[in-house]
Parts: sequence; structure tokens; C-alpha cells
Amino acid sequence: MLAYEFMRTAFMAAFLVSLVCGPVGWFLVLRGQSFASHALAHVGFAGAAAALLVGMPALAGFGGGAVLGGVAMGLAGQRALGRDVVIGLVLSLALGVGALCLHFLTRSAGAATSLLFGDILGISAGTLWGLGGLSLLCLSGLAVLARPLLFASLQPDVAEARGVRLRLLDVLFLSLVALATAECAQITGVLLVFTLMIAPAAATLRLGFGPMTGMASAALLALAEAWAGLALSWQTGWPAVFWIAALGCAAFAASCLLSRLLAGRSVAVLTTP
Amino acid sequence: MTQQGKAPPAILEARDLSILRDGRRVLDSVSFSIPQGRFVAVLGGNGAGKTTLFRAILGLDTPSHGSLHVSGHTTQPGRSAIGYMPQSRQMVAGQISGWHMVASALRGQRWGLPWHTPQARAQVNAALAAVDAQELAARPVASLSGGERQRLLLAQSLLDSPRLLLLDEPLASLDPARMRQTARRIHDLARQRNLTVLISTHDINPLEGFMDSVLYLAHGKALLGSVDEVMTTPALSALYGAPVEVVRAQGRLFVVAEGGGDTLHACDCTGHAH
Repeated sequence: MLAYEFMRTAFMAAFLVSLVCGPVGWFLVLRGQSFASHALAHVGFAGAAAALLVGMPALAGFGGGAVLGGVAMGLAGQRALGRDVVIGLVLSLALGVGALCLHFLTRSAGAATSLLFGDILGISAGTLWGLGGLSLLCLSGLAVLARPLLFASLQPDVAEARGVRLRLLDVLFLSLVALATAECAQITGVLLVFTLMIAPAAATLRLGFGPMTGMASAALLALAEAWAGLALSWQTGWPAVFWIAALGCAAFAASCLLSRLLAGRSVAVLTTP
Repeated sequence: MTQQGKAPPAILEARDLSILRDGRRVLDSVSFSIPQGRFVAVLGGNGAGKTTLFRAILGLDTPSHGSLHVSGHTTQPGRSAIGYMPQSRQMVAGQISGWHMVASALRGQRWGLPWHTPQARAQVNAALAAVDAQELAARPVASLSGGERQRLLLAQSLLDSPRLLLLDEPLASLDPARMRQTARRIHDLARQRNLTVLISTHDINPLEGFMDSVLYLAHGKALLGSVDEVMTTPALSALYGAPVEVVRAQGRLFVVAEGGGDTLHACDCTGHAH
């Protein structure tokens, strides 16, 4: 399997993307913003379709579109407007724009399928460099934001009183989510961003790890699911994204069972860093 | 407004303080001075300005007129000398432990990763021990009762050794026995650490025997003094600008609207007085 260049590239891409999706997803689930990643993927889809239409790389268009969407959602504010309404409106407008761009994009019929469902086996070496750069940017950004972001996620009122600028933090975090979504969609596609971004994070959050351990565990679980998905895809010939989604659901179900088993006990993992 | 006699230096001083919120004058030329180490019950009905006053003290709401000083400094967000327990009890997702929830507030406003040095961990453990919440440290916050969660929030407000504690409705949703227990715990902590405590509440009775003063807010005005000075029929009628009656029955204080038909809260008659 690893004798082939495209498979080695796919495993490397999965590694780079999982490193980011785990920690970013952990904060998304903690903050109750899981749906934001889904909406940003749709906004990125419009950006990618527009980029293809004008002959630019899809990843650049995806990232640019998603970041604009993230900033807009962050500025709209969690309290000022009903966030679900804002996200819903942004999502539907983005899908409409994406559909319009694809309507005019007659020279690349496969592009729509790749954008919507991902094409991990078709990732080029050039795209790999782009993913590496985005991963570095996202992880660096998260390393700076993590402490106030955790504080603001758990106790927004107290954080605000201590001088945390909630609106600014929201915009910065959603911009990071947008970049992470752009990466994730290269593997899972727009429609299945949840599989790597949310499922592993939700599974590890149920186990009660501390923030640092939780983020690291989410990254490891995302990596395990992505690599196992690739291997199973090689064995069965079924799409890798199907296996990643199935493994994500299985891991979440297992974590639910495990957390119930641990519920009656004094759990050592709860005091991890 | 009543001044406290022979008082130590004021930790909190408002002069002609007015605050607008959503175009409404919530506080209107209010003046009071609270000395260090006092345990003050802040009373008033919904919309009387209790939370607005707390937000102004925290520097989150700016006075439209007058001044507000904490330890002689103008208010601004981020003062570690103020511990704060908010009214809303945000539910956290997942199984985040009590320890991590409390620890998140320790220098949580600084950029970086949420690592904690051994000293910081000891600080969190000490705050938990101060409110007898060590056994809550390992439990998921989502599994805790309202009272247990309030103990964690109280521990969190003690981090960074504040001089002033602002506790917004800490007795809400507790049963009467728990109210007294919580009030006693806060009182004892305040005495041990010479803390000034402002505790907002709708019901003064659980705080009887613990508080030094009452700050009563109504119709944009404030009245500060001892329980005996503030909780009287003439004083509250003057504050409301309408007749109300303060009744003591079975060891409890009640404030009743004139006419007797409307027995008000155990102490709070705002809004219903007219």
C-alpha cells in the first residue's frame, strides 16, 4: 500500500489535517459551536468553486471564503443575534453561490464531487505543502488563544470581567476554525467535515480529560480514524471518507459506553493537565 | 443614604453615579461608600440595578455621570483585586472536571496554553479547600448540583487573593438550609481574609446575622445602612416614593405593598410597590 506515491501523500495529508482537527474540534464541541464548522465548510465550498472558476487553486479559494465567513459569524456575536439563525443564513447563501459557480464551471465536472466528498487519494505534493503551512498556522494560533479561549468557553461572564475581549476572541477562533475546515475538507469533503473535526473531539470530551490531554487525545483519535480509514479503503475499495465517518461514529459510541462505565468510579483521568 | 461611622478606608466609593442601560437610567445620581471588610447585602427587585452596579464595579459598564472608585482607582476590567461570581451559571459541555473549571480562571486572560505550574495548581487546590470543595475537583461539572457548582464558582472567585468579592445572586435556586449554609460559608471566608463582600439577593433573611450593611436599590436610587436603618417602613417608603410596609413575622422580614393585598417577597418589594 505504501509503495505507491499517492498513498504516502494521502497518509501524510491525513496526519497534517488530524493534528489540527483534533484540538480545534475539541474547542468547537466544548463551546457548543459544532455546527459552525459545517457552515464554514459550505462557505468555503463557495470560495473554492469561485476560485476554480477563475483558475485559482481550490484550497486558496476554500480558505479565503471560509475565513471571511468565520469573521462574519464572529462579528455577528453570540449574544447579539441568534447564532443558529446567522449560521443558517450564511450557509444557505454560500451553497447558492457555490451552485452558481459550478453551473458556469463546465470544464471541470469532477471538481464538484471532489469538493463535496473530498478526494484524499488525489492530493498533490503541492497541496501537501499548503496543508503543512495551514497546519502550522492553525496550531500556532491555537497555542496563543488556548488559555483565554478555555476561560471564555467555560465562564464567559467571569472572563469578560477579567479583561478577556470575547468578541475579538470569537472572531480569531472562528478564523482558525475556517482554516482548519479548509484543510479538513481536502480529505472529507465539504459535506463530511464533521467526521474528522467533531466526532473525535466529541468522543474524547466525554471521557473527561483535562484540556491539554483532551486536545492531544482528539488529535490522536482523528489521526487513527483517518489512517485506519485509508487502510480500510485500500483493502475494500470503498471510499476512504465512508470509513472515516463510520469509524468516527463507532469511536463516539465506544466513548459513550466507556464514560458510563467510568461514571460510578473515581476517575483518575479527570485530573490530567 | 447613611454613612458608616468610625469606618476603615473605603474600598468602594460611588459619587453621583448614574448608569444608563439600553437607554434606561438604571442608577440615578447614587452616592455611597463601603469600607474595607464589610459584608453588604445588595437588595432590589429585577431590573433594580444590582447586576448593572456589579458590572460597573467590574469596569464592564461605564458610568454616564459621576464616579465609581475601587480602592481609590477608577474601574476597569481585569482587576485581580475583585473576585466575581456571575448570576448566570454557564453549563459546560463534555465532562470537564470541577478542578479544570476553577483552574481556567487562574490568569485565564493571558495568551498561551492552559498549562499550570505546581504553584498555580497549589493555588487552585487551596481555593477549593477554602470552600470545602476538594471532593468536587475530580467530578464532571455537568454532574454537579446547583449548590455544588456554586461552591466551585465561589472557589474560582477566591483565586488571585481578591480584596473585594462581588457575588451575584449566589443563593438563588438553593433550598433554605443551603442558603444559610452558603451565607455562613461566605461570611466566615470574608472574616478570615478581611474581604469586602457585596452579595446581591432578593431575600435578606438567609443573610440575617451575617451582614453588616444593606444596600437597597430601587427606582434608580440607593439606600445604604444597617438592617435596622434601611429595613424600615419610612426608609423604604421614601426610597420607593410610595407607601410600603416592612413586617417582621416569625423571625423573618417581609416587605408588603400598601393595602396588604400584595404580600411581597421576603424582603423585596420593587416593582410591586406601585
